[in-house]
Amino acid sequence: MQLTLEFGGGLELLCQSVKIHNVDVVLQAGETKLTMRVLLSWIRTNVIKERPEMFMKGDSVRPGVLVLVNDCDWELSGQLDTTLEEKDVVVFISTLHGG
Amino acid sequence: MDDTEAKTNKAGGRQCSICNQRRAALKRPKTLQQICKECFYAVFEEEIHQVIVDNHLFKPGERIAIGASGGKDSTVLAYVLSELNRRHNYGLNLFLLSVDEGITGYRDDSLETVKRNEVQYGLPLKVVSYKDLYGWTMDEIVKMIGLKNNCTFCGVFRRQALDRGAALLKTDKLATGHNADDIAETILLNILRGDIARLSRCTSITTGEDGPIPRCKPFKYTYEKEIVIYPCSIYSPNAYRGFAREFIKDLERIRPRAILDIIKSGENFRISTSTKMPEQGTCERCGYISSQKWCKACVLLEGLNRGLPKLGIGRTRGLNNGQNKDMDQTNGMKNIHSKECGTLDF
Ligand SMILES: [Zn+2]
Ligand SMILES: [Zn+2]
Repeated sequence: MQLTLEFGGGLELLCQSVKIHNVDVVLQAGETKLTMRVLLSWIRTNVIKERPEMFMKGDSVRPGVLVLVNDCDWELSGQLDTTLEEKDVVVFISTLHGG
Repeated sequence: MDDTEAKTNKAGGRQCSICNQRRAALKRPKTLQQICKECFYAVFEEEIHQVIVDNHLFKPGERIAIGASGGKDSTVLAYVLSELNRRHNYGLNLFLLSVDEGITGYRDDSLETVKRNEVQYGLPLKVVSYKDLYGWTMDEIVKMIGLKNNCTFCGVFRRQALDRGAALLKTDKLATGHNADDIAETILLNILRGDIARLSRCTSITTGEDGPIPRCKPFKYTYEKEIVIYPCSIYSPNAYRGFAREFIKDLERIRPRAILDIIKSGENFRISTSTKMPEQGTCERCGYISSQKWCKACVLLEGLNRGLPKLGIGRTRGLNNGQNKDMDQTNGMKNIHSKECGTLDF
């Protein structure tokens, strides 16, 4: 599944200072849909290169990391249970930095 | 629902609870309302307007310096203030005020952002350097004292730099971008440190009204989440924050109102009359607010200029001790140590 991932607010520093990643996530055998829960663990393995604790806490993002799916707050679409589709755009912004 | 609609919004057909027309795009942490972008921009700006009006933050004709760091908070503050000033005829003269510490490479990105803001929002920008203010750049200070003690200088000089710059600009007030999360964090830290003087100061929306340049915080009740979502919030990353901030984000996740609740409880703290509050006077040398004969910056500068850079750091007996034997027990130099480099000051 083709997705666009965007990291901001300092999170790009965890993935080699690249803000926009066009990725192709392959579903595991037996999986029929891609949820944010699955995507996050995929990102942790495949995109984040250092200090994953700055990005995740438990199986979700660290509090203070804002998630927008197609420009919409993921709190409205079910957070970890949000189902992703082809060409979706997922944005992660950390608010845990100086203003 | 057709395919394109599904792509633009996964919240299904949930409507904005304000306009009931467009689809909701975010959940407000303060109210848990689900609202669309257009309504969000409107309530975000109008709430700040209400805070400004209710707290009488500004008077017509005043010259206001906006402390501009190039970060998201001050960028959004500059935009929103210039917008509200126009829309509601505040009659203010707004300026952007930035501090250049003189650390090679350190401010390049943020000064670029501030210069962009100057053009975009049509606000005159003044950059004051440590060299202008203190006669020393941070690089020169580090060369003199080594990296080990530079947090002391950094904290003291940074705290005064905006006030001194605002005085140079002859402004009536200084507005800073401290948001509700910042204030909740500072309240928690001051409670943990038992710093009653700072606790009572950090909850006020305007401080230093008796001093030369009062400071105000129009974003006192504005959540960081909303500042980040606000469109002009394009910024360069900064240092990560500490444990208290993370704790606040944890609380927000469990109970979004927590940030406002902390501010409320900070405001409700009553300081018993038996608690001795430090007296506020002014520095004999530069006129800056100080409870000692000389302010901390002047003590540090005296040391630098006399080639005794350790003067005023830690428990080294400094210039003030002749007059004030128990300085270390009062709010003299000791407090500098409890402040980490880069923490917020109010
Ligand atoms: Zn609406
Ligand atoms: Zn002084």
